[in-house]
Amino acid sequence: MKPNLMLRLGAVLIGAALLSACQVGTKSAKQYGYRGTGMDQITLAAASKKIDPINVVPPPPYDPPKPGGRPAKEAYQNVQVLGDISEDEFSYTMAAITQWIAPEQGCNYCHNPANMASDELYTKKVARRMLQMTRKINTGWTNHVHQTGVTCYTCHRGQAVPTENWALPAKGNPDSILGNLHGQNKPMIATAYSSLPNTAFAKYLLDSNSSPIRVQTTYSHPSQYPATKNKVTTMGAEGTYSLMMHTSTALGVNCTFCHNAGSFQAWNMSTPKRVNAWYGYRMVRDINGEYIGSLASVFPKHRLGPQGDPLKVNCTTCHRGINKPLGGVSMVKDYPALRPTAPMVTAAAAPAAAPAAAPTKMP
Amino acid sequence: MATYQNIFTQVQLTHAPEMGIEMKPGSDPRGTNATLVHLFGRFGQAQIGPVYLGWTGLLSLLCGFTAFEIIGLNMMASVNWNPIQFVRLLPWLSLEPPGPEYGFSPIVPLAKGGWWILAGMFLTLSVLLWAIRTYRRARALGMGTHVFWAFMSAIWLFLVLGFIRPAFMGSWSEAVPFGIFPHLDWTAAFSIRYGNLFYNPFHALSIAFLYGSTLLFAMHGATILAVGRYGGEREIEQITDRGTASERAALFWRWTMGFNATMESIHRWAWWFAVLTTLTGGIGILLTGTVVDNWYLWAQQHHYAPAYPSTGVVDPALGSK
Repeated sequence: MKPNLMLRLGAVLIGAALLSACQVGTKSAKQYGYRGTGMDQITLAAASKKIDPINVVPPPPYDPPKPGGRPAKEAYQNVQVLGDISEDEFSYTMAAITQWIAPEQGCNYCHNPANMASDELYTKKVARRMLQMTRKINTGWTNHVHQTGVTCYTCHRGQAVPTENWALPAKGNPDSILGNLHGQNKPMIATAYSSLPNTAFAKYLLDSNSSPIRVQTTYSHPSQYPATKNKVTTMGAEGTYSLMMHTSTALGVNCTFCHNAGSFQAWNMSTPKRVNAWYGYRMVRDINGEYIGSLASVFPKHRLGPQGDPLKVNCTTCHRGINKPLGGVSMVKDYPALRPTAPMVTAAAAPAAAPAAAPTKMP
Repeated sequence: MATYQNIFTQVQLTHAPEMGIEMKPGSDPRGTNATLVHLFGRFGQAQIGPVYLGWTGLLSLLCGFTAFEIIGLNMMASVNWNPIQFVRLLPWLSLEPPGPEYGFSPIVPLAKGGWWILAGMFLTLSVLLWAIRTYRRARALGMGTHVFWAFMSAIWLFLVLGFIRPAFMGSWSEAVPFGIFPHLDWTAAFSIRYGNLFYNPFHALSIAFLYGSTLLFAMHGATILAVGRYGGEREIEQITDRGTASERAALFWRWTMGFNATMESIHRWAWWFAVLTTLTGGIGILLTGTVVDNWYLWAQQHHYAPAYPSTGVVDPALGSK
């Protein structure tokens, strides 16, 4: 072979290598939709085998106690949520919660050791509301969490404040261009490093009054649009696009996990996963509005965001890059106190009402 | 300048710059500066100038510079005049059009999209003046005005995106932001909002002409380079002769695919493909949101999109209150 021919061949090979994705590992592909629609998920075999330690379920603090025994509300004072479970189960649940949320600080993170019943620490009031929330999710939001359920650990992962959180972004001066990025144009994970609006959480996930996520109309001609309704503009659609990028990143999946890219809107072309996600967004609104939102005055200042609102959840808070949090392992089955079978003790919103109430705002 | 120059020419002759033909009476003066640059001669003509600027050229450059400055300074202000952040974040930075609350009003506070309107106005003036310049220079040389019309096709798409469609929609917020990633995100959001531009037949035509343009460009470029050894770039003077580069190029395609364009028609092919890319693209954009609100549903109605088997998934918002 002539040297210059070899040189050319080498250049061609290097060029081809540069143009390829350069992921030489074995991949596995799974088809999720009709053939030819590109509805598949491709994962690196090596990456799917490796499990991030953060996504491993920790063992219970000790063997779960047998049912029966004195109710906790008789054994202890000021037990407002878990009063109906047995004293043994109460201790077991408390031990688990300590391990999940404040493994270093221990019981004293929430309790005054001299008077365990006292509500003087703000963390105890927060923990009580969070227990009500967890029980509501496991009984009222089964359309999203199904029988897998959630525990405190699903969000907290050994941290007092879940690391994946968001708060309302600091308000700049809207009348000036100085330092005003208009809530976008900043690469960050929440927008998948795009220039899309980073205010999508505030717009869509704040509470049950949040904006509808849907942007497409169900008519082909604009004249069929009801005159009373505000049209979503192209600019407005960027918010939904941003939220979808967040969800996709949070779950480690692409668009076609839920959608047929031919029509993002058409439900009869979507996968059943999209229904899960639909309930998921409403669950997040409920969590942020009814539960975390109600604690705004309880949190001290250093626990609040730049606008003085508490830190809230989004898809990543639980999912952490996988479509089933903690690998789909049902953790709650070992902690029956977090999934009451009897009517809920909490006086918060009735469990069945919330999912049914949300759709009234949809187009 | 009687030199034979293409990218493979290794020899460059140096000589006094060629000053061109006389100006028509009543014309603005043409520049008198001209020079030869060896490096430029490796890529094209070695001679730089003389330039005819004229009032259209001068105003066009001024307007273009003004638009460029408005956009750049707005972006720089958005990072508090920090030059490092400006460079680091440049691909993400943008100058956004006014929000939907301003409708299509020309009076918008500068910080809330007024700068965008001004930048768009100056940019539009700049490209229109440049178009007039291409028309007038072509006429001054006794040429046809094909370059002008091709440029107008591109300006049509530009104006549809930033002015004509927002006018029909009654909202500046439908227009494209100035910015590298932001205009790309706008493109995707536009398709998402209006039910997938893939099902817009004018979008399909535009893509066909765009890809066709690249194909024709590659075929024509390759053919002429391949007969460069026979002086193939001197196309027209060879058309009627036997054994010339021109005839070999024609025979190559007739033998390869049975048909050949002529030295004249290949340029019509290329011109129309390029012009139709932006012409049909502009029509497709203009119809979106004004005449068709959801291209997927439109395509279903007209049996233009395939119907896939239902997955059986039902909108959870239906049937509940």
